[in-house]
Amino acid sequence: MLRINCPFCGERDHSEFTYGGDANIAYPELSAPLEAWIEAVYVRSNPKGPHRERWQHSDGCRLWLIVERDTLTHAITRVEPARTAIPGLMK
Amino acid sequence: MTGFRLKSGGAIDRGKPLGFSFDGRTLHGFRGDTLASALLANGERLVARSFKYHRPRGIMSAGIEETSALVTIGSGARTIPNTLASTEELVEGLEAHSQHCWPNLRFDLGAINQLSARLFSAGFYYKTFMGPGNSPKSWLFYERFIRRAAGLGVASREPDPDHYESCEASCDLLVIGAGPAGIEAARVAAEAGLDVILVERDFALGGGLLQESEAIEGINARGWLLTRERSLRGASNVRVLSRTMAFGLYDHGVAGLVERLQPAAGVRERFWIVRAKRIVLAAGALERPLIFGNNDRPGVMLTSALRAYVNRWGVAAGTRIVIATNNDSAYAAASDIARAGIATMLLDAREDVSGPLPEMAKSAGVELRLGGVPVRAIGRQSVRALEVARIDGKAGETIDCDAMGMSGGWSPTQHLLSQRGVRPVWNETLAAFLPGEAREPVRCIGAATGIWRTDDCARSGRAAGAEAAHALGRSAPKEDFPAPGGWDYPIRPWIFGGIKGKAFVDIQNDVTFGDVRQACHEGYDAPELLKRYTTLGMATDQGRTSAVNALAVIAKLRGGPLDAIGTTTFRPPFAPVSIGALAGAERDQHLLPTRRSPMHDALVTQGARMLETGLWLRPWFYPQGTETVDEAYLREMRLVREAVGICDVSTLGKIAVQGPDAGELLDRVYVNAFKSLAIGKARYGVMLRDDGIVMDDGTSWRLGEHEYFMTTTTANAGKVMAWLEELLEMRWPDLRVAVTSVTDQWAGASVAGPLARDLLQALVADLDFSNDAFPFMGVREGSFNGVPCRIARISFSGELAYEIYVPADHGQELWRALLDGATARRGGAYGLEALGALRIEKGHVGGPELDGRATLDDLGLGRMASTKKAFIGGVLRTRPDLQRKDRPQLVGLVPVTKGEIFKGGSILCEGGNETGHGLGWVTSVTESPSLGHWVGIGLLKGGLSEWGGRTLLADDPIRGRRTLVKVVAPHFLDPEGKRLNG
Repeated sequence: MLRINCPFCGERDHSEFTYGGDANIAYPELSAPLEAWIEAVYVRSNPKGPHRERWQHSDGCRLWLIVERDTLTHAITRVEPARTAIPGLMK
Repeated sequence: MTGFRLKSGGAIDRGKPLGFSFDGRTLHGFRGDTLASALLANGERLVARSFKYHRPRGIMSAGIEETSALVTIGSGARTIPNTLASTEELVEGLEAHSQHCWPNLRFDLGAINQLSARLFSAGFYYKTFMGPGNSPKSWLFYERFIRRAAGLGVASREPDPDHYESCEASCDLLVIGAGPAGIEAARVAAEAGLDVILVERDFALGGGLLQESEAIEGINARGWLLTRERSLRGASNVRVLSRTMAFGLYDHGVAGLVERLQPAAGVRERFWIVRAKRIVLAAGALERPLIFGNNDRPGVMLTSALRAYVNRWGVAAGTRIVIATNNDSAYAAASDIARAGIATMLLDAREDVSGPLPEMAKSAGVELRLGGVPVRAIGRQSVRALEVARIDGKAGETIDCDAMGMSGGWSPTQHLLSQRGVRPVWNETLAAFLPGEAREPVRCIGAATGIWRTDDCARSGRAAGAEAAHALGRSAPKEDFPAPGGWDYPIRPWIFGGIKGKAFVDIQNDVTFGDVRQACHEGYDAPELLKRYTTLGMATDQGRTSAVNALAVIAKLRGGPLDAIGTTTFRPPFAPVSIGALAGAERDQHLLPTRRSPMHDALVTQGARMLETGLWLRPWFYPQGTETVDEAYLREMRLVREAVGICDVSTLGKIAVQGPDAGELLDRVYVNAFKSLAIGKARYGVMLRDDGIVMDDGTSWRLGEHEYFMTTTTANAGKVMAWLEELLEMRWPDLRVAVTSVTDQWAGASVAGPLARDLLQALVADLDFSNDAFPFMGVREGSFNGVPCRIARISFSGELAYEIYVPADHGQELWRALLDGATARRGGAYGLEALGALRIEKGHVGGPELDGRATLDDLGLGRMASTKKAFIGGVLRTRPDLQRKDRPQLVGLVPVTKGEIFKGGSILCEGGNETGHGLGWVTSVTESPSLGHWVGIGLLKGGLSEWGGRTLLADDPIRGRRTLVKVVAPHFLDPEGKRLNG
């Protein structure tokens, strides 16, 4: 069981969260060329070591987080809100 | 002579006798006994039959390492097979049975397998039943017989009547094992102010101290233990869990425990999930058996077990005991046994042992023989004598004995560390695997790190307690970790030559020295291969006593060092965990939550038959009298087509989309336009995934300039909500929109049929339902019984129809009012079955068509896609493969012969060519009362443009039905939509 330290709710079991894939993917404009969309939707690296991932605290605050996790050791080094500019939330 | 209770001694309460039974015989023990100690005390030596050969087996150990004494506890629904007699606490009325023998334990016909032992050698099953020349069927045929002949106990097939519970906990320090090391770690950490959980598998704390006769740190062991236990149990920041097994360690300091409760608790087991900042492993060490002929005979035991039975339980396993060893640890054991008045001989494979150690043994009355090794135990159902060889090659001898001990050294228990991926390191001097470096804050201490002296174990515990305290910002007296070891004389290699007869490496799985040798010759000499080829290290004991012995055998056969062979990785659980404990209270109806619509009670009162769909309970149909579902749904369809029907649609997903950019968001997620939708209008929308496949459909209603009310399918409500949240937070944080799930806030009903307008007008008087005032796809907010309601004129059935929503608390009130109104108009309620049938008649897609593979074009909805704006999935839906003309596409199907039936799931193919996956499949069918025959829709390669008007075979090989169907457009009823505009 991973323990994820949600910046809004505190440290919780990963079963409260939903994995949302690679956080390094920058989704293109909706009208971007086919190749850009293929790259964004289908092409993934499979790194051994630190990896930035998206997780939603779906059974908690429901906010999306960027979690830096080591794919080899499962060590989580950093958790931050995906959307840093949510007014009032981070005060 | 077999075992007996000594006149005095032991930590049992001789004032509290307990009655129990074994194979129907009534026996007696005392409080503090285990089943094994009580059986031994009653002279029960033969307690089990072995896995493959049905060899007689006795009690071999005094703990979790037991390989042989597996029994079944209880009977009927409370049958617990494969229970270790050596760890089962004796309680009044305990009922134990031997297992895996017929007709009985003493005379077991299965023992005939011993005569054909050659047949069952390593790899026997593979070679005989699966190898070349055997059809796959031969294994299927023989398997039944083999499984019956070989095996362990049998579980009950009745539902488990016991209760289980689960418990979550957090702590600073979790200490696993309450021997001297674990106790000291817990004490020091607790004194420094940490929140500590101390876990012990046994019902008594103390670990090795429970059988220790020597002093610890100058104090009598029992006294030391008593003081420590009292202060730990009295400390408010320490939770002591005895009878609790730590079976698994997981990421981030999460541990799984199972606590066995006393019968009076009303709960059999409690499952713990503990989240600890730091973990200390003090699981001790297990003694290794020696490998010699008949080392599995009843009466042949681990030396530490002989000692434990004398010291802790006041039980002697025999009257003349021979102990064979290769290390120092047996000397204290032999001395204690001799002091209890039992004739004891110690056979040490080493020739050069002198000084205080042998002197102590001799002064206790032990007869010492140096330089001798066991080669074979003599006796059939029990050991009678031991054949001994001289290590120097001189003539050996045969020594009479009625029990014997063996000690091949000690293996530190590091299973939990291994579960964390920490590889052990072989130490040749100590002949033991020592813990490797852990990346996590998990510290191994005591005998589990190869520390053999009790004082050093306690010291390592204090060092670990202080280490944890310091790491968590507390202060504690610093102590150094002692070095492993602690014997006076080095251990000698323990795989001896000259073995005679069947010598077991893995006693539980009947794997012999010969099997391992054969497997090595055949190339299966890596530990993981050996395990699979011979079954060594499998079953309940998972190689606790056999794993290192097997490595030593391979090393000896190969002639290389042991650490060059590799090890197996241990995985959770450390010991079997009952399914009941894993399930806890989450069984039967408690497995998943049940969602009920706000109208639920009204529907049930009315007589609805409910259906589980996902988590929801939804009305399936409303039987009248003895109606079946098939009769009911046809009648309900007629109500809708001829008068008015009402249907609970509260389960649809509902999302409030609010903000200045609400329209922009919907424009981006739906394929069609919503920003341009007029206030007071609704629109049917379809949304795609990024990859261009259809995700969901539903209507969205524009309630105001900045507010939409989105509905989704019941099944995808959660998915769509999470999707919108993801898009807003991850991709378009600049959009000024808030999405809120309001599924549970609104109760909704569909009102459909020619009299729908009439019915609603009577209930919602403040709205004008006339066609001009409330056109098709119009949205109006009004009031029902003084409560605000929102209504849209939308139709799934193809009739004049509305959806009406009221706040959830008023759902039942709305339902009853609708039902009264519908009944008065010769209409009534319709359920899911009719709802599905009505939409099939209209060719509307539903769950079976939105299967996560279909595109807009496949479903005939391609024209909905806007060309004026970009939307999610809009680019990838243009991929060439998604544009192919031969993709499965939505078609309508009608039987060629009017009265014939066809079913969903049938394969569509050309008659005479019923092969492979065919040309497509039937997704949904219904009988159509309006048309007087069955209709269906399906996905067909090439679709209507290729197959329209042609005849195909709907082949249903599973139900054995074949129907010729004609391919038509998927709109069977009123394709012009006259009815819904009525």
